[in-house]
Amino acid sequence: MENKLKNCQEILRFITCGSVDDGKSTLIGRLLLDSRSVLADQWAAIEATSTRRGQSQVDLSLLTDGLQAEREQGITIDVAYRYFSTPVRRFIIADTPGHAQYTRNMVTGASTADLAILLLDARKGVVEQTRRHAQIVRLLGIRKVVIAVNKMDLVAYGQEAFERVKQEFLTFAEPLAFRDIVFIPLSALNGDGVVLHGECMPWYTGPTLLELLETVALDEEALNSSFRFPIQLVARLSEENGEERRGAQGRVESGTVAVGDEVILLPAGRRSRISAIETYGGRISQARAGQSVTLVLADQIDMSRGDMIASVAHPPKIDKNFEALVCWFSQTPYDPARRLLIQQTTRCIQGKIDTLSARLDIQTSQLIPSPAQAGMNDLVRMGFKVQQPLAFDRYEDNRTTGSFILIDALTHDTVAAGMIV
Amino acid sequence: MKGESGSMKSTQAATLTSLTSSGAGAWAPWDHLDRLESEAIHILREVVAQCTRPVLLFSGGKDSMVVLHLARKAFYPQRLPFPLMHVDTGHNFPEVIEFRDQVVKDLGVNLIVRSVEESIRQGRARVRLESDSRNALQAVTLVDAIHEFGFDACLGGARRDEEKARAKERIFSFRDEFGGWDPKNQRPELWDLYNAHVHPGENMRVFPISNWTEADVWEYIAREGLDLPSLYFAHRREVVARGDQWIPVTPLTPPRAGEQVEERWVRFRTVGDMTCTCPVPSEARTLADILRETATSTLTERGATRTDDQTSEASMELRKKQGYF
Repeated sequence: MENKLKNCQEILRFITCGSVDDGKSTLIGRLLLDSRSVLADQWAAIEATSTRRGQSQVDLSLLTDGLQAEREQGITIDVAYRYFSTPVRRFIIADTPGHAQYTRNMVTGASTADLAILLLDARKGVVEQTRRHAQIVRLLGIRKVVIAVNKMDLVAYGQEAFERVKQEFLTFAEPLAFRDIVFIPLSALNGDGVVLHGECMPWYTGPTLLELLETVALDEEALNSSFRFPIQLVARLSEENGEERRGAQGRVESGTVAVGDEVILLPAGRRSRISAIETYGGRISQARAGQSVTLVLADQIDMSRGDMIASVAHPPKIDKNFEALVCWFSQTPYDPARRLLIQQTTRCIQGKIDTLSARLDIQTSQLIPSPAQAGMNDLVRMGFKVQQPLAFDRYEDNRTTGSFILIDALTHDTVAAGMIV
Repeated sequence: MKGESGSMKSTQAATLTSLTSSGAGAWAPWDHLDRLESEAIHILREVVAQCTRPVLLFSGGKDSMVVLHLARKAFYPQRLPFPLMHVDTGHNFPEVIEFRDQVVKDLGVNLIVRSVEESIRQGRARVRLESDSRNALQAVTLVDAIHEFGFDACLGGARRDEEKARAKERIFSFRDEFGGWDPKNQRPELWDLYNAHVHPGENMRVFPISNWTEADVWEYIAREGLDLPSLYFAHRREVVARGDQWIPVTPLTPPRAGEQVEERWVRFRTVGDMTCTCPVPSEARTLADILRETATSTLTERGATRTDDQTSEASMELRKKQGYF
């Protein structure tokens, strides 16, 4: 290819959160505009709508609010995905709603993000929504957090205001133990600190928001964790030496695997070795986290969808009982009478909730014991019992094998999502 | 996933260590196309594992060609575990239909064709004018075909970067008995856990390349060496200027009184219904030319070529609520 750089780009997925007044839509609009990602016809369309509504400035939120109901009400209801790229990286933005009644949609957007941008108003600092959003970001295991201190133009671009907000956030967030926080002062309205530095904050020598997004180290966590391979399908491969070979089709969710590696098939607990790694492009000797492949085991052992091939040295836990932190999505509160299915990796089995031990008060980070019920948008701690043993890790250790969704067996709705503790 | 390209990639590794983070060690760089491809394969396998009667919607356009190629990779060395289906509007460019039939023949796959013409004959769909776009009518034929064959999942090549209603749609998008989408009540979709459970009569629409952009599609076509209908490449064609667009001169879109027919170098960025798909001026005759052109275009794919999305800001959302894919 003529442009090697472009062809080897990585993708960074991030979410933006913050209340409507903090200027989230303006910030996304500014990122897209100044990185030249808004094309002429998109601009013409939002310009026409803004004019028709009698707005004096082009309303940048129209770029992301895609549903009729959102445009009518001027709010974000569901996650919207936006794509842009610079010569260095590709970006997928999950623009998530800020209102408390759409917490479940923010959780949805956060579940696949590598990084979170949390907006704060330089005049107001940490407010109620900041606390909730920071909690969700922490719970969903997003390690990298950018605190964008916005509206610096309204505090005369003063360093003291920035430092004050920074200290306030650090104090509040101490118990959350974020590993990696960066603070950036900016004005989404005027563009200072977003893509370009501007001339208003000579005291700030750190990166602009885009510079940071382009250079932040990508998470190698999945690559460096223990090998996990949930089986999606079992395929019949060609015959070799008169014996039919079967292959486990799936994706390496964490770690790496190589031909010759000793592995364990779970929950059966049978050991074997990897005899081949097949792909459409031919056999390969090793595969890494993220890669979809077909694994062939040296022994013909019975395997099927929902089983997991894992590292022998560091296997996951196998149990019918586990505890999890659950975000309840359904408008119908938890009802012990309803039958539930638990879908974890590629396994979907019957399960039930044994205990409802606590509710997390997201404003205060306090666990409130023995709540009466779990309703929509509640974060609760529950104990589960499932029909057959599950192979799992703690969500802290593995976002894929530690997460699950709850499906109502009758309505088929996804009623909750859980993170194993 | 690489095959022959593997060696090319490893030679680039040294220059890349400064761009990607450390920790990858001896691993060849994992680029955006690898990641998108692997995600799509994972999605395709979930559909086959979870659904009883899936079908791949295939028009012969570039996006459906990419999904077909991904499906071949996902189930290799086995045959495709689902048929293809084309909902023929009767307004297709002949080059695209020829191409579609050639692909089906070359791969030996099963293609079902259901036509909007037939739905009109049966009185299921009604047209005001022969020259009106049949994009909206497609939904009727599609939903009828879904019920005829009992399909519980329809795979399609729609992308979120195409249009803002699509930007809101899940990868596994639940549709009710009427094929309708309820954007305010979508199933939460977390991590890579897809809930494809449906009751009889309901179905899922699944979009494995949701997270791809137009540029990704073109780069992937170039990397994998996929064939495409000739319309995508620059050619001489009779067109008339109308508003900001060049309207192709076809039996369904004749020049209006006073319009000047010109022959120009053009190409199509999308190949949909003839009555609402316009070519763009272009001299891009090769994939490399197209990659360069896509990277510098100032218009979106649909903005440059579709007249039907411009009638109202919510056209796509409304059509999806009525069963459109």
